[in-house]
Amino acid sequence: MATKEQQTIPVSVIETPDISLSSKEQQGIDELISHSPQLAGITIDALKLIQAERGWVSDASLHALSLYTQIPVADLDSVATFYNLIFRQPVGKVVLHPCDGISCDLMGGEHIRQCLKQQLNITAGETTPDNRFTLIPLPCLGACDKAPVMIANKQLFENVTTDELPKLLSTFNEVS
Amino acid sequence: MNQTLPHNPLTRFITDDESCWSIEQYQNQGGYQGFRKSLTLSQEQLLDTLKESNLRGRGGAGFPTGLKWSFVPRGDDAPSPRYLIVNADEMEPGTFKDRMLMEKTPHQIIEGLLIGAQTLGASIGYIFLRGDYYLAEKRLTKALQECRDANLLGENILGSGLDFDIHLHTSAGRYICGEETALINSMEGKRANPRAKPPFPQVAGLWGKPTIVNNVETFCNLPHIIHFGPQWFKDLGLNDDAGTKIFGVSGRVNHPGLWELPMGTPIRDIIEQHAGGMRDGYTLKGFLPGGGSTDFLVAEHLDIPMDYDTISKQGSRMGTGTIIILDDRYCPVAMVLNLIKFFAQESCGWCTPCRDGLPWAQVLLEKIEHGEGEPEDINQLEELCRFAAPGNTFCALAPGAVEPLQSALKYFREDFEAHINQACCPFHDKKRQGIDETGTPCIKGSGGDKYEQL
Ligand SMILES: Cc1cc2nc3c(=O)[nH]c(=O)nc-3n(C[C@H](O)[C@H](O)[C@H](O)COP(=O)(O)O)c2cc1C
Ligand code: SF4
Ligand code: FES
Repeated sequence: MATKEQQTIPVSVIETPDISLSSKEQQGIDELISHSPQLAGITIDALKLIQAERGWVSDASLHALSLYTQIPVADLDSVATFYNLIFRQPVGKVVLHPCDGISCDLMGGEHIRQCLKQQLNITAGETTPDNRFTLIPLPCLGACDKAPVMIANKQLFENVTTDELPKLLSTFNEVS
Repeated sequence: MNQTLPHNPLTRFITDDESCWSIEQYQNQGGYQGFRKSLTLSQEQLLDTLKESNLRGRGGAGFPTGLKWSFVPRGDDAPSPRYLIVNADEMEPGTFKDRMLMEKTPHQIIEGLLIGAQTLGASIGYIFLRGDYYLAEKRLTKALQECRDANLLGENILGSGLDFDIHLHTSAGRYICGEETALINSMEGKRANPRAKPPFPQVAGLWGKPTIVNNVETFCNLPHIIHFGPQWFKDLGLNDDAGTKIFGVSGRVNHPGLWELPMGTPIRDIIEQHAGGMRDGYTLKGFLPGGGSTDFLVAEHLDIPMDYDTISKQGSRMGTGTIIILDDRYCPVAMVLNLIKFFAQESCGWCTPCRDGLPWAQVLLEKIEHGEGEPEDINQLEELCRFAAPGNTFCALAPGAVEPLQSALKYFREDFEAHINQACCPFHDKKRQGIDETGTPCIKGSGGDKYEQL
C-alpha cells in the first residue's frame, strides 16, 4: 500500500518545469486532439510525437504528457510498453533495425546481425557507449525479395552484405 | 472491346519511373473512373456488384468481401459516422505485397476507399499503416493531399454530395494490430488485445460505430470491379476464385519478387517461371504458400493451383499469397524456430495457449536445434500445437503460429529426429564453413540471441 507521502511524489515530479511539454509539443498534441473523436485515440500519435522531439519516452515525459492531456499515466504506459517502436529507454543517434524475419534469415540475415554486433560490440537492444548506435532487430520488414534487409534512419537498405556494413556504418558516423 | 479489358488490373498503372504514384498519371491512365462510375449507382447496386464479383479478402482469411459489407447497417436511421479502415499493418513474416501497392499506386487505395464510402455511406476512412513503412507513409500523405486539392476528398466530392475524408494512422509496430479487432482497440488508444465477437466490427467497431476493416489489396480491387464489372472480374480467375492476386516468392530462388497473376495459377508456374526456379546448388525442400502462419507444403504439391479452396484441401492456407521457400540446405528446425520466436514475441498475452504455449515451443525447438533435444520433446511440441488449435484461443494468432510447426513435424520429422539422435544440428556444421558458392554468407541456424551466449 502506498502511503500518502509516496503518492505525492509523482506530483512534485510532474511539476518540475524542465520536463513539461514544450509549446511545440503542446501545439502538436492540441492538433491531434482536434482530429480524434475521443481523447484516448491520440495516445500512439502523442507518444510518437514526444519521441520524435526527445528521442525516447522517459517516465518524466509520460507524466508530463499525462498532466497535459489528462490521460492517466498508467493508460499511456500500457500503450507505450506494448509497441516495438516506442522506446522507453534512451537510444543512440542512429537506431539500426536489421530484419530477423524468416526470409532474411534464409538468405543470411543472421550473419548480418552477427556482424553488426561484432562491429559495434553490443548485443540486441543495447546502445554503443558513444551513443551513436542502438541495435534493435525487427521482424519481417516487408522487403523479403531483397533479403537480407535493414532499416536505419528511416531508410531501407536492401540486399545487405557483410562486406558493405563497415562502409554503411561510417556513413552514419558522418551525418550524426 | 476485349483489348481494353485488363488482365492485370492492380498493377497495370505501375511504371518504373516516379510518375505512377502521382494523381495526374493515375487519372490519365484511367484512374478514378471506377469511383466516378460508382457515383451514378445506388448503394444497393454497388453492394450487389461487389457480392456478385466473388471478391474475397486478400489479408489472409479470404472472407467474401461483399458478404462482410452487407452486415453494415444502412439507411437513414443507421448509426453514424460509419468508418472504413484499410488494414496496412503488413507484418506477416514473408509478406511484402501491400508495401509495393502503397508505394506504387497509393491512389488506387484511395479510390477503393472512396467507392467504399459511396457504397456504405461512410464518412471517415483510416489507413492503418505499419510504422516502419516510411516510403509508403510519404507517398500516401502526398496522394491524400493531391486528392484534397482535386476535391476527391473533403466535402461534396466532385459535386456529388458525398462527404468523405481519409486519415493516415501510422502504427508503432506489433503484429497483433493486424487482427482487425485488435487494430480497432489500438486506434482507440488501448493495448491491442483482440475483442470478443460478436459484436462484429461491421455493427459496432471503432468507437462503437459500424466499421469495415479490409486489407490493402482488397480495397485496390474495388475500382476495377466497379469499372469493368463483376463478370470480367470472375473471368480473370482460372478456377472458382475470382480476380487476380499479387503472388510473391522469397528464399533461394533466382528471381525473388512479386507478380500479379490470375487466381488459381499453379504454384509451379509461380516458383519456376516467375521466380526463375531454385538457385544453382539448392533444391526445394518445402514451402509456406501464404506467409509465415501457413502450413508447409512440399514438392508433390507444386502442381496445385493457388486458390483458397484448393490450398485448404491440401492442409494449408493461401494466406497472403506470398510463398516462402525452404531449400535443402537450410535447417527446417531453425526455420520453424525463427517463426515460433516471432509469434511468441508478438503474442498479445491474453490467453494461455498462446502466451505460455508459444514460448514453451520456442524453448523446446531451441533445445533440439542446439543438439540437446530428447525424443519426448517432439511429442510435447505436438501437444502444444493441439493446445493452440482454433477454438482454444481468443484470436487466430496462435492457431496460425503453430501451422508451420505442426506441418514441419509431419513433413520433416526425420530432420527433427536427426537433431536428437546426432545431438547436434546436421545443417549447422555444413553452414559453419562460411561463404557459399553464390557469394552469400551462409546462415548458422536461426535465432540471433543464441550467438550472444557464445
Ligand atoms: C494476428 C493477426 C494478424 C493479422 N494481420 C493482418 C495484416 O497485417 N493485414 C491484413 O490485411 N490482415 C491481417 N489480419 C487479418 C485481419 O484480421 C482481417 O481478417 C483482415 O484485415 C480482413 O480484411 P480482408 O477481408 O480484406 O482480408 C491478421 C489477422 C491476425 C489474426
Ligand atoms: S491467441 Fe495470442 S494474440 Fe490472440 S488473443 Fe490469445 S494471446 Fe492474444
Ligand atoms: S523477412 Fe526480412 S524483410 Fe521479410
